[in-house]
Amino acid sequence: MSDYNFAYLDEQTKRMIRRAILKGLAIPGYQVPFASREMPMPYGWGTGGVQVSAAVLMPDDVFKVIDQGADDTTNAVSIRKFFERTAEVAVTEATTEATVIQTRHRIPETPLTEGQVLVYQVPIPEPLRFLEPRETETRKMHSLEEYGLMHVKLYEDIARHGQIATSYAYPVKVEGRYVMDPSPIPKFDNPKMEMAAIQLFGAGREQRIYALPPYTKVVSLDFEDYPFEASKPDKACDLCGAEHSYLDEVITDDQGGRMFVCSDTDYCASRRAAGHRGALAAEDAA
Amino acid sequence: MYVAVKGGERAIENAHDWLAEERRGDPDVGELSLAQIREQLKLAVTRVMAEGSLYDPDLAALAIKQARGDLIEAIFLMRAYRTTLPRIGASLPVDTEEMICDRRISATFKDLPGGQVLGPTFDYTHRLLDFKLAAEGELPEAATSEARPEPVPHVTSFLDAEGLIQQERATDDVPRDITREPMAYPTDRSTRLQVLTRGDEGFILGLAYSTQRGYARNHAFVGELRIGTVPVEMEIPELGFAIEIGEVELTECESVNQFAGSKTEPPQFTRGYGLVMGAAERKAIAMALVDRALRWEELGEDNLGAPAQDEEFVLSHCDNIQATGFLEHIKLPHYVDFQAELELVRKLRSEAEANIATQEAAE
Repeated sequence: MSDYNFAYLDEQTKRMIRRAILKGLAIPGYQVPFASREMPMPYGWGTGGVQVSAAVLMPDDVFKVIDQGADDTTNAVSIRKFFERTAEVAVTEATTEATVIQTRHRIPETPLTEGQVLVYQVPIPEPLRFLEPRETETRKMHSLEEYGLMHVKLYEDIARHGQIATSYAYPVKVEGRYVMDPSPIPKFDNPKMEMAAIQLFGAGREQRIYALPPYTKVVSLDFEDYPFEASKPDKACDLCGAEHSYLDEVITDDQGGRMFVCSDTDYCASRRAAGHRGALAAEDAA
Repeated sequence: MYVAVKGGERAIENAHDWLAEERRGDPDVGELSLAQIREQLKLAVTRVMAEGSLYDPDLAALAIKQARGDLIEAIFLMRAYRTTLPRIGASLPVDTEEMICDRRISATFKDLPGGQVLGPTFDYTHRLLDFKLAAEGELPEAATSEARPEPVPHVTSFLDAEGLIQQERATDDVPRDITREPMAYPTDRSTRLQVLTRGDEGFILGLAYSTQRGYARNHAFVGELRIGTVPVEMEIPELGFAIEIGEVELTECESVNQFAGSKTEPPQFTRGYGLVMGAAERKAIAMALVDRALRWEELGEDNLGAPAQDEEFVLSHCDNIQATGFLEHIKLPHYVDFQAELELVRKLRSEAEANIATQEAAE
């Protein structure tokens, strides 16, 4: 792939994206428009994250890609291969070894550290989009800090269901200013967003980049009498026994049989390597 | 018995190999050459160039072959390729007045300078399957004549001379480049036209049709439709003057629409404009109608709430590469968000059932 520039994009484009990233870091939670390029993978399949990764990757970086928390889901494999080919960077599945992690729908269970960059793929960057479809309106609402509509929506949830019925892409307020869409991560992951690593969000089709510098204050929206709750299935991982990791439910037969396993495959594998065992791990260990 | 979801990499490779095999089809049947696609599926090539926004018939033919005839997939290949090309500069605006027309018709005047030229059109063919084409070896031949020497002025220029049609003001503003700047609403007409010209033919056609059926009707006549080649010129800094670097085929449609007038301005016709790369008259006409519908504000019309009048709606949904990507991404795994929903629904249901049980017990 020597016909292409390092990490695929030309340097001018990377510069444009880096400027948008820097602006995003300077105004945490603010959606910065950028001239997203057509990528050799479809819009909606992580082109925003891929462009952000392409702009931040350096030859010495160690790159990890996860989708649904797993390194081996098909699209994660495809994106990892893309950068192996176009940037020839080292890749890893270990969260602790990676310097740049591109993710879709999850934040790794292992806490990230200073110097790491977490790149999110974002489908719809606008947290107000499903309350107001017009970009002209939502930009105005952000600039006027007019978030009443969002609180009304959360209130209506409580009135109808007895609780806030948003389970993923749960809106957050950043540094007391911008309401931000955390991308479709489960709300279980929301508290992790106050972290030591840099978080960058890329929405290719929607042409937006936003960012959270390390240790930014990120508050999930709630009410005093209905506080935010980072929920997950009330089970332990059947492979590694972890009780505080986010779990996938796997259907094992047609008799209603199911098991729960960590969605973060690296976390689960390292726990098992360290000797932890879950309820159904016997045959796995064999 | 948990089957780990490993092996994604291997599965992808195998899928690609199978796809390549399917692409070739039955090996006993001769392989399509790019020249065959370029010459005999020209309108497919044209559409791939127009919506891929890259004028290169050979590459478009390759894209069609690689995409197994899926034109949106082929358009995608072209778009992904064009982003990697260096931007050397911009050509001068092409002058469609100078077009060497293969086809030029006006629905508003019976005859006019430059004449009505039907060209190679489907228009008056009877749509009967021609079984002769199923047999091989036909080599049709059409009559030829000398090209008409006279200039072919734009039809709207005649109306313009009489002040009967609203004037387009020329500006020296550098138009925005939608491939280099993010969209921002409200936008301007040149930006809208850029988006429309590479927008999905089916989407633009449907919107144009909706205006004809009364959703912001603007009563369009095809003032003129022309298809032909124009030279492309570029200013070379080292030379200090413009030279011709090639020619492109274009389709241009100018619609003449219902008049507008006020107390201060006498009634005038208005216009819509469509310009598309290659021979693409359905798209060019549809584009002109949608362009006209989007001009409601500038022309002092009412917003009737019709889809074709809504700039943000039209422009943010007409690109088939964006649309197909986002539509098809729902095939990707969503276990994590689905799991979150599953937990929530179970919780809501158990609470609701508990409530019903308490109520029944109370009764």
